[in-house]
Amino acid sequence: MAGNVWVLAETWRGQVSETTYELLALGRELAAELGVPLQAVLLGHQVKSLTPQLGAAESVVLVDHPALAEPALEPYTYALAQLVKARQPRCLLVPLTNISWEVLGLLPAALELPCANFCRDVRAADGKLQARCLLYGGKVEATAAVSAAPALFGILPGSRPAEKGRGEKAPAVEEVPVELAEAARVKFKKYLEPEAGDVDITQQTVLVSVGRGIQNQDNLALAEELAAALGGAVSGSRPVIDQGWLPLSRQVGKSGASVKPKLYLALGISGAPEHQEGMRNSELIVAVNTDPGAPIFAIAHFGVCADLFDIVPALTEEIKRRKASRAA
Amino acid sequence: MNIVVLLKMVPDVVEELEVAPDGKSLNAEFLRLIVNERDAHALEEAVLLKERHGGAVVAVAPEAPEVDEALFTALAKGADRAVKITGFTSDFSTRAAAKLLAQLLPRFLPADLLLAGCQAIDDVDGQLAAILAHELQLPYLGLVTQVKLEAAGRATVTKEFAGGVRGEFEMTLPAVLGIQAAEKPPRYIPVAKVRAAMKTQKIETVPAAGAPAAALVEVLQLAKPEAAGHAEMLTGSPAEAAGKLCGILLERGVL
Amino acid sequence: MATAAARTMEPPCEITLENLFHTPEGRRVLTCLQCGACVATCPYGEQMDYPPRRIIALLRAGLVEKVFTNDSLLACVACYACKAKCPRQIDLTGVLLPLAKEQVLARHPELPAELQKALENKLRYGNPMGESPRKRAAWTATAGVPIRQLPTDPRPVDVLWFVECYCSFYPRGQDNARATARVMHALGVDFAILGNEEKCAGECGRLTWEPGLFDTLMDYNMTVFSKYKFNRIVTSCPHAYDAFKIRYPIVGFNYALEHTTPYVARHLEKLRPLLKRRLDYTVTYQDSCCLGRHNNFYDEPRALLTAIPGVKLVDMTHNRVNSICCGGGGGGMWLDTYYKTKGYERLSERRVKEAVATGADVLAVSCDYEISRFEDALKVLGHDKKMVVRDVMELLAESLEVQP
Repeated sequence: MAGNVWVLAETWRGQVSETTYELLALGRELAAELGVPLQAVLLGHQVKSLTPQLGAAESVVLVDHPALAEPALEPYTYALAQLVKARQPRCLLVPLTNISWEVLGLLPAALELPCANFCRDVRAADGKLQARCLLYGGKVEATAAVSAAPALFGILPGSRPAEKGRGEKAPAVEEVPVELAEAARVKFKKYLEPEAGDVDITQQTVLVSVGRGIQNQDNLALAEELAAALGGAVSGSRPVIDQGWLPLSRQVGKSGASVKPKLYLALGISGAPEHQEGMRNSELIVAVNTDPGAPIFAIAHFGVCADLFDIVPALTEEIKRRKASRAA
Repeated sequence: MNIVVLLKMVPDVVEELEVAPDGKSLNAEFLRLIVNERDAHALEEAVLLKERHGGAVVAVAPEAPEVDEALFTALAKGADRAVKITGFTSDFSTRAAAKLLAQLLPRFLPADLLLAGCQAIDDVDGQLAAILAHELQLPYLGLVTQVKLEAAGRATVTKEFAGGVRGEFEMTLPAVLGIQAAEKPPRYIPVAKVRAAMKTQKIETVPAAGAPAAALVEVLQLAKPEAAGHAEMLTGSPAEAAGKLCGILLERGVL
Repeated sequence: MATAAARTMEPPCEITLENLFHTPEGRRVLTCLQCGACVATCPYGEQMDYPPRRIIALLRAGLVEKVFTNDSLLACVACYACKAKCPRQIDLTGVLLPLAKEQVLARHPELPAELQKALENKLRYGNPMGESPRKRAAWTATAGVPIRQLPTDPRPVDVLWFVECYCSFYPRGQDNARATARVMHALGVDFAILGNEEKCAGECGRLTWEPGLFDTLMDYNMTVFSKYKFNRIVTSCPHAYDAFKIRYPIVGFNYALEHTTPYVARHLEKLRPLLKRRLDYTVTYQDSCCLGRHNNFYDEPRALLTAIPGVKLVDMTHNRVNSICCGGGGGGMWLDTYYKTKGYERLSERRVKEAVATGADVLAVSCDYEISRFEDALKVLGHDKKMVVRDVMELLAESLEVQP
């Protein structure tokens, strides 16, 4: 039906991704504002068994096709283009994640549709859809309106709590056939798993995470010592990984892991949206940064505006002291 | 191996970004531009591929303040040609820019690869690499961290997923790749080499043809992000702040 | 550009490896005795594949190209020890080694990441930290004394104080800057700073592989100097002092020049009655390479320290011309990780061990690089409870009766 709110239900290695539920929560709010149904769009091969998990939506539009079995997204784009053209939804919310990346880029190009990126929120105002977009590494927020429907919104992870996007009842499912060519120009070959034997940062209760502010590989020793005192592990943001100072398996954020430790201690991390999406659901976030305007302070529970090289040794010592006095 | 790399100038976020009086653009007085970080990686990957396989690299950038320096630096790094597309203004959306570039790029083809950063920090409307791929009817993959050339117009390309998991893809060439990170961090180029490039090499200029596509996403307002909340700040000397923090960790049962 | 013209019009102001032997300095290189004093005195002499003696031997044999494909010169911290000990007085640190380093960089684009970032930052932001140049003078807000900034108040001034990067941006350097401001204020000096118009003087550009970066910064700063009227430049940074004294005259720099420590020492008699607060510290003093070995300011800092009531001065085993480098010069400031991966001992740690052995509780310095390096070394070695690092200016300010 024309005018509905659609959410692209993203799957990752056979499972519905967490971000999908966040988008369903956001989509439900938006659909209520507009007074239209919320529909989830699920594409894949033999994924019908996942539809009961999408109960936050009134119904699911399902496309099942062998060409959608692999995470190569050109056929996804073709399939979605056919659906969007035929059904004319008001908007399609797409997770701004590495998994759905190419869809978000190619679909609006193919259909000449507006596509707002980096959205943390989408609202209806005066009959128009408006998004709040985090630009410039999270330093500036734009309010942007789309001039046409259907419109695409690339939604940053963390827009809504995932719990609010889980529904009780199984939604109605409508399976829609699409025409997809067999000869793909981009062929998925295989997954490359992170090197085994390293720490699994998603399983840690405490993460001491370092960013650009750590300055060099050598200074990681400070973070290691603090992590040891706290009984946790060291992780990092993209620049630290890019420099090769920590292995890829330790990366937190969009391209890395999503973590939810009991304590996430962010040292010298400014907190760009790409990083926030990997750690914002941590139970307790503490940030140390010299820049009082660093975006990380907006999502941290506690912050220290100081040089990490002053705070970290002091903190390590204090923790050791308290542990020693408790042991005694 | 012929490669076209697209470079885009974006606001340097080291500088404080201020919103202009119109409320919907950045204050140009304090704005400094820098090559979009992912584009710098795309250039590095292009030069690495050229060093490995031969061929030529053409760096193409829309006109913007400080773009000449960026293009001369690209030449000094190993690009063979630098092209500035004139007729661009800063209010072009990514989509409008991509569509203008797509009209001009055929003059730099045939190329085996078109590389651009997988995203830019000011992409309000669309993604450059994907739109180019569509307009030029070439295959596209984003978030690329490695490119290996195979025989007969094919490449094995690695894309980053999440959690340290990457995917290996096989693509037919020519193709458009959105680069997430080059195989090595972008190289250093001595200032003297950039100056030498300025003396001995030329930036070609090509005017953009036609009017930009109408914006489909309109920026109504720019503002410092309104934080959903703000951290409770712990003050005092390092020792005092550390003491307070320890107290909180004990309270929360983390210690 | 006038400055560029000046460079080409007055040969042989640019010495290159090609024209080296046509210059007095180059002919001096030919007098090398191959005695090896340079190797023996170099703090990283054992680690260097091509110490100055070997470079000269290869130069003479026409085989110098070998030197340029090797990264061993990254171990040179431009400490002037080899130059000071050379019996033929060849300017190894100032001429030969920078020329060789320049060639290495031209052939070896992969610099250690930390150094690369520092060089990129200096070019783009005018400081190695990559801080916004618009925040360069932010520290003045908490100085406790008024500090005139020429961009907003361009009236002529006696002293143009060139603060430099570490004193402008690094938190402990800012303490030094604030202390210096208080001392100058107490002395009644008519001084002003360039505020956000100042950029790194670039000395480490010249000595760190990057003459092009140095030239860019030099041309910039010369243009800024020409905008204002002042009688002298006083700088907190011995490296800037060296750059202004040795390199900038090539493009016409002829201002009176001083470093803050000798400048304040010159006004000691006026300062002495103001040093009323007693500081019962045992102090040992680090002779910085640029200020000491390269410019012979050994007595001035000591005179200032002993003028503070209560201060007892003790010297380290290696002092004055034999002082050991903190490891920060010639780019060493941004090579700590590289040295560590190579297994080199960190010079700041070597130095701090000697400082602690004196029994002093304060390590006094006059170079803006040293505070961070020595504080870090004290922490690493677990001596940070025994000894603190203070710039001479900080100790003077502490002893001034008027405290903010």
